[in-house]
Amino acid sequence: MEKETCTFSFCKKPEIETVETDLLLIGGGMACCGAAYEGARWANPKKIKITMVDKAATDRSGAVAMGLSAINTYMGENDPKDYVKMVRNDLMGIVREDLIYDLGRHVDDSVQLFEEWGLPIWKLGDDGFSLDGFQAKEAGKGSLKDGGKPVRSGKWQIMINGESYKVIVAEAAKKALETNRAATGVKQNHYERVFIVKLYNDAKEPNRVAAAAGFSVRENKIYVFKAKAMVLAAGGAVNVFRPRSTQEGQGRAWYPVWNSGSGYALGLQAGAELTLMENRFVPARFKDGYGPVGAWFLFFKAKATNSLGEDYCANAEALAEAKAKYGKYVDNLGTAIRNHLMMRDMKLGKGPILMNTHHAMEAINKTFMEKLGEKEGAKKVKHLVAEAWEDFLDMAIGQAGLWASNNVEPDKVPSEIMPTEPYLLGSHAGCAGFWCCGPDDLGAPEEWNKKWPVGNYNRQSTVKGLFMCGDICGASGHKFSSGSHAEGRIAAKAALAFMADNASYTPTINETPDHLAAELYLPFEVYEKYKNHTTAPEVNPNYIKPKMLQTRLQKIADEYFGGISTWYMTSKTMLEEGLRRLQLLKEDTSKMAAKDLHELMRCWENYHRILSVEAHARHILFREESRYPGYYYRGDFDKIDDTNWKCFVNSNYDLKTDTWTVKKVPYVQMVEDAAPVKH
Amino acid sequence: MPSYVITEKCDGCKAQDKTACQYICPNDLMTLNRDLMKAYNQEPDQCWECYNCVKICPQQAIEIRAYQDFAPLGANVIPMRGTDSIMWTIKFRNGKLQRFKFPIRTTAEGSVDPYKGKPEADQSKIKQPGYFTTTKAMPVIKK
Repeated sequence: MEKETCTFSFCKKPEIETVETDLLLIGGGMACCGAAYEGARWANPKKIKITMVDKAATDRSGAVAMGLSAINTYMGENDPKDYVKMVRNDLMGIVREDLIYDLGRHVDDSVQLFEEWGLPIWKLGDDGFSLDGFQAKEAGKGSLKDGGKPVRSGKWQIMINGESYKVIVAEAAKKALETNRAATGVKQNHYERVFIVKLYNDAKEPNRVAAAAGFSVRENKIYVFKAKAMVLAAGGAVNVFRPRSTQEGQGRAWYPVWNSGSGYALGLQAGAELTLMENRFVPARFKDGYGPVGAWFLFFKAKATNSLGEDYCANAEALAEAKAKYGKYVDNLGTAIRNHLMMRDMKLGKGPILMNTHHAMEAINKTFMEKLGEKEGAKKVKHLVAEAWEDFLDMAIGQAGLWASNNVEPDKVPSEIMPTEPYLLGSHAGCAGFWCCGPDDLGAPEEWNKKWPVGNYNRQSTVKGLFMCGDICGASGHKFSSGSHAEGRIAAKAALAFMADNASYTPTINETPDHLAAELYLPFEVYEKYKNHTTAPEVNPNYIKPKMLQTRLQKIADEYFGGISTWYMTSKTMLEEGLRRLQLLKEDTSKMAAKDLHELMRCWENYHRILSVEAHARHILFREESRYPGYYYRGDFDKIDDTNWKCFVNSNYDLKTDTWTVKKVPYVQMVEDAAPVKH
Repeated sequence: MPSYVITEKCDGCKAQDKTACQYICPNDLMTLNRDLMKAYNQEPDQCWECYNCVKICPQQAIEIRAYQDFAPLGANVIPMRGTDSIMWTIKFRNGKLQRFKFPIRTTAEGSVDPYKGKPEADQSKIKQPGYFTTTKAMPVIKK
């Protein structure tokens, strides 16, 4: 099949603007907001230019756009070593402990800044009950920094009133960028609604990043950003597998629907090495609305059971069966294993699985009445009910709507929970991402820092000058919002150290601006060339629209790579057939067609999704075991095999030849094992 | 349909270069019909129900109708976002109403002074762990 090219014979050539900057931040979420804040402080005295480019409006972009009801990573009185143990346990034993410890020792500073900037954080009242951000202030409770006691919903989580979480963090980042403009005399260093499509390597040094090209989603304009270093934090991949929802509910993805795998695709095309891309996250959430369950489990102490009222995590037969396949990893009942046990009961017809919110509320009600008497007890219960609703209203408003439309009152009836479709990410309870340099003061192997081939700079990828953070710095999950901000700061600072050591570097690329424009605008050219061939533009044999591109990807991923339709089951033969189909889909991307700028963004987003999924499938194919039961299974290797596979799986993509190399990399334990957990 | 715009209330943000909902939507869904001067959601099946368009609309012209592939009709969730708190009104399908008010920030909008009271970055420490704000030695893993 002939490939299409863009010569601007059919679509209009856009204006092209080249922006010369020093440090480019790609993304506007928590990580890049952290990068802007930390970066500007180090850069300003040296008049180093920082530029942020965001595909949306930074006030409400990224995974925290809606808000959050908790900050899931705050050390406080905890030792970062215990944080490493928790993350390692939840991610089935293979993580980069240097990166995780490093994050743990840095993260609290970011959380304390959020509070200083205006984020309301719950505090523990003198009576042991929680006070919201306002009540705490009125009661004279100090800030976290001054020893104020947060309300912990779990060992690592603290509760917040987080409706405006991202707005507040963005405000600080935008002000930081403003100080950088003042220091450097640059007129504009914050580009919203510019979608980065591709990174370009240096003309003289092929393994160095030199430029990023993108387009405005608002006007016909291409941007080429030339930079001496880049911090990439363009998010994980959502709606890559066929979702459980069938029509408009597809938008109600658990993770933000706009996370289109751009972080992965941009980095891997530039040649950056990936790690643990076989990892995925399949959260068990309230069915359909995908509202959070963490507060219900941890804060309200609700229990999940099958419909017979049995605790599916305590079934001796199920546990023995799991133990025979997955060994010691069953003992601590991490998230993956709990999913596995839940699905076993669902397959046995013991569903729906229920979160017994009503029992939890009843128990709380009883305790409060006994402790506080009827009047005060009722008041506290009312406050608690509000807190339960706030959990949804802060971060999954659709779930509140779903409860209301089903007349669900959580104190009266239980609610169904369900494992979602798979997601690729590295900042929540997943760890798919890039292989990055770590800190050199923690005793990690020197291959992970001092002997890093492109230079010992924290969070630098295997491509020179390209730094990773947030969802795409791999093998180090459980950063969440605060950790992503903290990691953005670490990455930006390291990038500036790198730039100081490479002061004479000037980025150059082989591609001309016209070449870049033609590459990015190809879907316009294709559409304009063929659109009049048929009477309805949606059906045309000469091209594929972005929606169908995504639908085909989701169907392939779902059916062959272990999505919901096979209960997350796949195998060598299934993966190989899926990859054959994915290759054809990739070829068809030369015929992506867009009728407007919105569709042009969707085309490239879905291109990014395709590459992310390919990496995922190739890693699963390489790892001949089922490391993450409950997330996916290799039917041909349905066990955890520590003898052969207690290692990282890393890969590289070669853009020129469209080929992958995949390899094993040794795992190194840095923090000793935790004492066995008793249940 | 996620988000929908009430015809009577939307004024297209009085023909400014873009509407408020268009400015804020994280997924580039809200767009303006220039003939009618009314905004609409151009891709309802990609709406996360994040409510950012609802919260920002100066006319309160935008609401959310829950996803019909799984939600029964008749309920709604309506926010009123102020400068320091947000009020939510939840109407159940059976008519029951619940109302909640939560804090959203403890400082005035726009008042963040990011480096006020913070130390300058000590460039000699750029290769050490910690931030420009770090004053104590960073811990390391002790066996």
